[in-house]
Amino acid sequence: MGKIYLDNGASTKTDNKVVQAMIPYFKEMYGNASSIHKLGKDAKLAIEKSRKTIAKSLNVIPEEIVFTSGGTESNNLALKGTAFAAASMNKEKNHIITTKIEHDCVLESAKWLETQGFKVTYLDVDKEGFVLLEKLKSAITPKTLLVSIIHGNNEIGTIQDLESIGKACKKNNVLFHTDACQSFTKANLDVKKFNLDLVTLNAHKIHGPKGVGALYVKKGTIIMPWQHGGGHEFGLRSGTENVPGIVGFAKAVKIVDSNNIKEMERLRDKLIEGVLKIPESRLNGPIGKKRLCNNANFSFKKIEGESITGYLDIMGIASSTASACSSMSLEPSHVLMAIGLSREEAHGSLRITLSRYTKEEDIDKLIKKLSKVVNKLRRISPLGG
Amino acid sequence: MYSKKIIDMFKNPKFAGEIKNPDAIGEVGNVKCGDIMKIYLKIDSGIIKDIKFKTYGCMAAIAASEAMCKLVKEKTLEEASKITSKDIVKELGGEMPLVKVHCSVLGMEALQKAIENYNKK
Repeated sequence: MGKIYLDNGASTKTDNKVVQAMIPYFKEMYGNASSIHKLGKDAKLAIEKSRKTIAKSLNVIPEEIVFTSGGTESNNLALKGTAFAAASMNKEKNHIITTKIEHDCVLESAKWLETQGFKVTYLDVDKEGFVLLEKLKSAITPKTLLVSIIHGNNEIGTIQDLESIGKACKKNNVLFHTDACQSFTKANLDVKKFNLDLVTLNAHKIHGPKGVGALYVKKGTIIMPWQHGGGHEFGLRSGTENVPGIVGFAKAVKIVDSNNIKEMERLRDKLIEGVLKIPESRLNGPIGKKRLCNNANFSFKKIEGESITGYLDIMGIASSTASACSSMSLEPSHVLMAIGLSREEAHGSLRITLSRYTKEEDIDKLIKKLSKVVNKLRRISPLGG
Repeated sequence: MYSKKIIDMFKNPKFAGEIKNPDAIGEVGNVKCGDIMKIYLKIDSGIIKDIKFKTYGCMAAIAASEAMCKLVKEKTLEEASKITSKDIVKELGGEMPLVKVHCSVLGMEALQKAIENYNKK
């Protein structure tokens, strides 16, 4: 039985070219980039070359790219680093604006900052997951130091209008951060046009290795380090650099082909069309260009999401759910609740995330099998088939 | 996360379905919490001659329903009412993720409710 991987929002297959690029930095050029001998210099050179590649892909300068251990660390640094730096310069600055649909690492950082005396506004979103610009504008006060809004939502794929939000931030002289873990290389991310001061990136969602990411920090941004030590990464992130990881990250960026976006969009729309033929199903999040090219999220009435993903897994298809039963907290997804779903609809959710390796036959197979799984589970549901 | 036994019971539940004209029904849980278990009993001379379930919930909830049914079929009502959630976990192979133990409790409660309803008749 062939395996079909449709959980690319969780992580992606590391591209073979990426693995090949990394291997020499395990086997031969294993030096510490801070060392002054040849192996150290080789490592340092590799890091700087990688930094250039990633900076170029964002149309920014290399000194604005800070390597981290991944999206979670980048988001923590963005929020905590700017909050404490701003407050240390001006005690009046104590307010952060974010949304109710952020990734947990942003939400939990924000909640922790509240325990440290900061105030946080969690913006509502509309039924498709979009931030309402007017609500954002009215939330900004002279005390606001940062606006942090996820670019492409990891659960429902909503791509925010960062350009308009960025304009509002610039006008009010507020720092603007986005978590672009899901959207990087998959949606237009124009750092300058969007007036972004901070952007979170990671490697393993784009066929790079796990354990490496970056934070774009616009030159002159007031931010302080969150991890102290030897002053690596322009003093913003101490710790011996993950050289193979950084090299792999850059390779993953280099081999991105924007033509893949169109194909993923086509397959995504085929998938959505096919799945919505199943009775009592719905799509969560928007359709069309304002949705991540590789994301689809559905809810099915009368059945529970963990059973759906469990059944698909037995059939050799990897997917994910935001049902309460799949989480340690037994609480349904905060994102699905924020877009107004009932608990039942949130429990019955299924997320399918594609990659450039996804084939048309994978989608055909999924649609066929999913329809069977839904029928089977509904037959044994007391809520009626 | 789940053992092979749990997956097997989830995949091929032999007791899933309903009984026409049952002698007793027990239903527990609600859609908000994400688990509903409904069981149907056919009782003859104080013995559970047939049992079926319908469950809305996760893999563990469905497997626990199946395990409970397997445990009590052909048992007397007195024996069946002594079944605990631990017995259900044991029938599932003895391993249950901690966050899923409540599913086995639900199975026990559904059975008890059905017996209670029967005795009220």
